[in-house]
Amino acid sequence: MKFAVVVFPGSNCDADAHYAVTHVLGESAAFVWHKDASLGGADVVILPGGFAHGDYLRTGAMARFSPIMAAVRDFADRGGPVLGICNGFQVLLEAGLLPGAMLRNRGLKFRCEHVHIRVEETDTPFTVRAARGQVLRIPIAHGEGNYFADPDTAARLEQNHQVVFRYTTADGVVTDEANPNGSVASIAGICSERRNVVGLMPHPERACEAALGSADGLVVFQSVVAWVTAGGAAARPVLQEQA
Amino acid sequence: MAIDPGVLERHGLKPDEYDRIVSFMGREPNLTELGIFSVMWSEHCSYKSSRVHLKTLPTEGPQVLQGPGENAGAIDIGDGLAAVFKIESHNHPSFIEPYQGAATGVGGIIRDIFTMGARPIALMNSLRFGALHAPGARRLVEGVVAGIAGYGNSIGIPTVGGEIAFEPSYAGNPLVNVFCLGIARASDIIKGVASGVGNAVYYVGAKTGRDGIHGATMASAEFDDKSAEKRPAVQVGDPFMEKLLLEACLEVMQTDALVGIQDMGAAGLTCSTAEMGSRGGAGVEIDVALVPQRESGMTPYEIMLSESQERMLLVVKNGREAEVERIFEKWDLHAVRIGRVTDDGMLRVRARGTLVAEIPNRALTDEAPVYRRPMERPSYLVNVQRLDLDELGQRRLPASGDALLDLLASPTVASKQWVYRQYDHMVQTNTIGLPGLGAGVVRVKGTKHALALSLDGNGRYCYLDPRRGAMLAVAEAARNVACAGGRPLGATNCLNFGNPERPPIMWQFAQAVEGIGEACRALGVPITGGNVSLYNETDGRAIYPTPIIGIVGLLGDADRVLGRSFHAGDAVVLLGSGRGELGGSEYLKVVHDTVAGEPPAIDLGAERALQALVVDLAERALIRSAHDASDGGVAVALAECCFGTGGVGVDAALDGVAISSASRLNEAAALFGESASRVIVSTQPERLADVLARAAEAGVPAKAIGRTGGAAIRISVAGRAAIDLALADAEQVWMSAIEKHFEKRVA
Repeated sequence: MKFAVVVFPGSNCDADAHYAVTHVLGESAAFVWHKDASLGGADVVILPGGFAHGDYLRTGAMARFSPIMAAVRDFADRGGPVLGICNGFQVLLEAGLLPGAMLRNRGLKFRCEHVHIRVEETDTPFTVRAARGQVLRIPIAHGEGNYFADPDTAARLEQNHQVVFRYTTADGVVTDEANPNGSVASIAGICSERRNVVGLMPHPERACEAALGSADGLVVFQSVVAWVTAGGAAARPVLQEQA
Repeated sequence: MAIDPGVLERHGLKPDEYDRIVSFMGREPNLTELGIFSVMWSEHCSYKSSRVHLKTLPTEGPQVLQGPGENAGAIDIGDGLAAVFKIESHNHPSFIEPYQGAATGVGGIIRDIFTMGARPIALMNSLRFGALHAPGARRLVEGVVAGIAGYGNSIGIPTVGGEIAFEPSYAGNPLVNVFCLGIARASDIIKGVASGVGNAVYYVGAKTGRDGIHGATMASAEFDDKSAEKRPAVQVGDPFMEKLLLEACLEVMQTDALVGIQDMGAAGLTCSTAEMGSRGGAGVEIDVALVPQRESGMTPYEIMLSESQERMLLVVKNGREAEVERIFEKWDLHAVRIGRVTDDGMLRVRARGTLVAEIPNRALTDEAPVYRRPMERPSYLVNVQRLDLDELGQRRLPASGDALLDLLASPTVASKQWVYRQYDHMVQTNTIGLPGLGAGVVRVKGTKHALALSLDGNGRYCYLDPRRGAMLAVAEAARNVACAGGRPLGATNCLNFGNPERPPIMWQFAQAVEGIGEACRALGVPITGGNVSLYNETDGRAIYPTPIIGIVGLLGDADRVLGRSFHAGDAVVLLGSGRGELGGSEYLKVVHDTVAGEPPAIDLGAERALQALVVDLAERALIRSAHDASDGGVAVALAECCFGTGGVGVDAALDGVAISSASRLNEAAALFGESASRVIVSTQPERLADVLARAAEAGVPAKAIGRTGGAAIRISVAGRAAIDLALADAEQVWMSAIEKHFEKRVA
């Protein structure tokens, strides 16, 4: 199975995602430069964390214009699994592949620490191997991770079961204290309506080995391997709940 | 403009230095040449006051691949790899503009590392501020921390550790010392040399602006009430540009098309051209009109002296230019050919072909002035070293439990989570020892190894005795590395002092360097480079003399990394012996508002044996935690071992000491005395006998002092209960002391 890790100028978690996929998971992965037009026949696409183009404007606002994003959009439109981690999530929001926007953390400061997130949905490519309600201990590292969606969009996300991860306590309880950045409804990650595009602020690639403090993030990558192996979108009925 | 005494003064040059310039040149310099001399002969670039002392430091060892004199030092860590590291100060700019000052400090040290061909994998910093509640302190702390975070987080290099202390002496002169470590193939280390006549000299990176002109000269002067007006001399950082430079330069270095490379840091284009030429025994000729410029109408003087950030100078092998240009283009960077290497040893600067400066490189570098400045033992020492313990014992002393809480709330001791949570300390997925728990530890991917890194310094000790204080700093940094399981291999130092033209300051400096040298020799850790920051004075008041030591150690097996945290049900062993030394202690400062006495004694032989023992125990997996007892003594160290464990307390019994006629002070001395060379380790009970036997064999005093577990911190001294605190309460005090100072919850 082949992963593509997109490299924007300013990406800085590209090598980490690549390492997790190749060294920990044992799958193959290739870096794809943002000026390229092709994803090289990848089965899975990762938009990694970092500060694409420096993020001096809004986070992710420049990256969506990179040539590779057309290929990412086509891939997503065809149902291919796309994972946006941290800055990659921000890029997906700016590119319109996922709904909503990012604000500065409510504490106004960058925060890097392990947090707990609860798996809300297990029918996305990146959560099929997790259990619903499973609590993962995964680090965050961001200054603009305060997910915002207007009330209608937020309601639609809930109705369509597009909230994939939520910040909780270690026991899986949603509390204000457990929400590290002020995100609406403690949202840590969401998926597209077709469920194949997933974005999350925490860094699963930083939590794939016990030596790093947690291996809970591995399930995200194991999920997509299982999902693709099983034939991808074609193999699973897509959950559709009408509003 | 004629060169008169006023011009010289504005350039920080003394009349006799000007005479020296004229004799080198055989004529009067023009203003551009004078500017070039002034930055190259500034204290910051020339080390003219410190050089004679620095020469005495041990810099050699079988593991040293690169000693002082290059952009950074390098040590062999096996597997054909080198650890490339250095520490540097950015004190003066950070006082004037905290965010940009700190940010560009981080940017500068990162460039020093990747310039050597190493990929940077870890940052650390050592910070000093005035009292946290003092006016202006909050602005400085917030700005410096945000600046370090803003740069390091963006470029994607984890900040894995460091230290912070607060003392009134730093109120007008905060210290911002930044450290970076990278990994290179030992055979591929690249140097800052220009050689090969006719080879092209390239400029790449950000455009040159008027920012930072005379930054090096500013860093070589004291502050006064006009310092805020020097803000234009502070540069603005662009971590995105540096990230592009880093990736592009590392890619270019893979091609072997480079002869040499150097970043334009202090003294910008001037320093990089002169130093590269001088190291290569060659000359460099450039035309400043070819230098990419951000502003119009810049003069050759301004272009040569600008300290705009994120710029590199490269010498490319003849015929390989297109290859190099192509790589920079990929990263949207434009490498511009601005000159060539010559064979006449001159730095020759043209502007649209017209000669505007011509100076022998050696006059700027090797022949810069060297001063053996007068020294004098400071008169304050007689008074501050006197500490009447019997008199102190007569005072009203707090209960030991209350004293411990006071110490845990002291910003120097308290949790720095509010700080390091703002730093991305996990990016690159190598961090296996999280910050706030002792040394920073990063694994080396592709090997079984890990590196443990620690920065330490104690200005109060050095104020009371610079020589011993410096020895203690080396010992503590190495001990912290050992406590993580690392064998100390090499050191870097950042020497922060006042005005060297004052004999008492110069004495402090010389004493501290002697102490560093002696300790490094005894512990087998050569100095591979570093930085000197002098003139840390405001309105005539100097900071505490503050040498900061960075030590890098190697763990043969990354899986054997140790933290300080206790596990329930283990035996606690104190290695080393306490003598109840309170001189210069955090206890005296916090509880008695006193900075006095002599710092703790240190026996370097005993220290070396202790460190070797701890590493040995770690490698054999005989211990489950190790933590050095320093600020606040054994009591604070025991408490710290309980914090962050999810509620594993400790019950320990310490021996008494007799330092005073007052029993309560004796109790405090046993608990909070800061005798050096002590480590608290914990071990599973069935391994206790083995641990004690190995300690005996190593000649290290060792005593089982208690057990982990329970939800309290209980410590007795000489059989009498001294401290009994609920762990949760103590941890809350320690966790919140700094945070509550800054955070008002924005909901």
